[in-house]
Amino acid sequence: MASLGDLERSVMEVLWSGDAALSANELRDALAMRDGESGRTVATTTVLTVLSRLERKGFVSRTREHRPHRYQALLSREEHTAELMHEVLDRSSDRDAALARFVGTVSDGEAATLRRLLDELVRR
Amino acid sequence: MVAVAVGLGALALTLAWPIPLVLSRAAWPAHSPAVALALWQAIAVAGGLSMIGCLLVFGASPAGSLLGAWHALVPALFTGPIPPQFGVVHLAALTLAAGLAVHLALNLALTAVRAERERRRQHQLVSLLGDPMPGQPHTRVLAHPAPLAYCVPGIRTATVLTDGLIDALSPDELAAVIAHERAHLDQLHHLVLLAFRAWHSALPWFPIANRAERSVILLAEMLADDRARRAAGDEALRGALLVVGGGGPGGYGDDTVIADADMLTARLDRLDVVPAASSSPAVPRALVLGASALLLIVPLAAYTAVLADHPAG
Repeated sequence: MASLGDLERSVMEVLWSGDAALSANELRDALAMRDGESGRTVATTTVLTVLSRLERKGFVSRTREHRPHRYQALLSREEHTAELMHEVLDRSSDRDAALARFVGTVSDGEAATLRRLLDELVRR
Repeated sequence: MVAVAVGLGALALTLAWPIPLVLSRAAWPAHSPAVALALWQAIAVAGGLSMIGCLLVFGASPAGSLLGAWHALVPALFTGPIPPQFGVVHLAALTLAAGLAVHLALNLALTAVRAERERRRQHQLVSLLGDPMPGQPHTRVLAHPAPLAYCVPGIRTATVLTDGLIDALSPDELAAVIAHERAHLDQLHHLVLLAFRAWHSALPWFPIANRAERSVILLAEMLADDRARRAAGDEALRGALLVVGGGGPGGYGDDTVIADADMLTARLDRLDVVPAASSSPAVPRALVLGASALLLIVPLAAYTAVLADHPAG
């Protein structure tokens, strides 16, 4: 049995690969089709658990107008990644204490100085 | 007791200004970053202890000892008049000592909680958005053109790389980046950086706090660089620093974020100056570690000396 984290990834990959909003049953079938050879089956209740976790994390939106509820990816994978990169590069927060970047950054204009220094170093 | 308070005050002032200034300008820490990192921590802890101790000991001096002051003042807080030998200055010093101690502790706790929350969020996002890197445990690759590498420390760890980084670097350079990030995670640099970050945010008006934090960040980077040099060689690390520091061919796109040039040049210069396996440190390791231990022992000995009533005093 795969972990919840792996299932979350699989569910997001299914939602990201199509445009339409899907119900939990449709998602379960799509997951079974995807992993057909490995013979893994996921119960609808497990899919619902995963979906509510993803909804809480801000990855999935739910349409409640009709039953069964339909689920959709809130942002594309690229948009999420861009947002994450933006957060990691933002120095004006406490994130410096939380993460360690390979090369630290400053937010104010040192671009010209840096370019010149780098050019000198490359020429050397 | 007043003499002890004056001594602690003098130590606090020395540790607050001249010593950090000299240390942040010294050349030897680049040769022995691990020893210098230990010394910075000793300076910070000893500085805090002697600053608080100076106020505490002076405030308690009318009673003759710290415990004596405790027994004289704590019942009086609830029941009745403050003993007359305690003047306004003594009470102010005691209040300030307690306030400073609480302020520093709260700031450390707050910074730690914020960092932990951010790390949990990072793990969530990275495990959903990143693909595992084959052959590299706890390493995720994000689909983004900007060359970027970072790690998420903590109980669960993750090293995060981007497509842009993998495309821009040679295999050796990539190995250097991964070894660098692993060193941060293995050597628990985040704990030291967190403490100095908290100290800086607790005392934002204190110019040395900023200098100390930057020195400690740079020393941690140097320690991680040493691991990268042993794993992949000097040239690989230099190439990786130049590509990532310069934004690489992909650039950072819309994010107008620029590499910290001072730190980057310090790390690049060090590659030429300090040999990869520097067997003979510029300063004797035992001397610096002994000095660090002494720094911690002095304020603690002062506390002990005035803790209880002394037969002679």
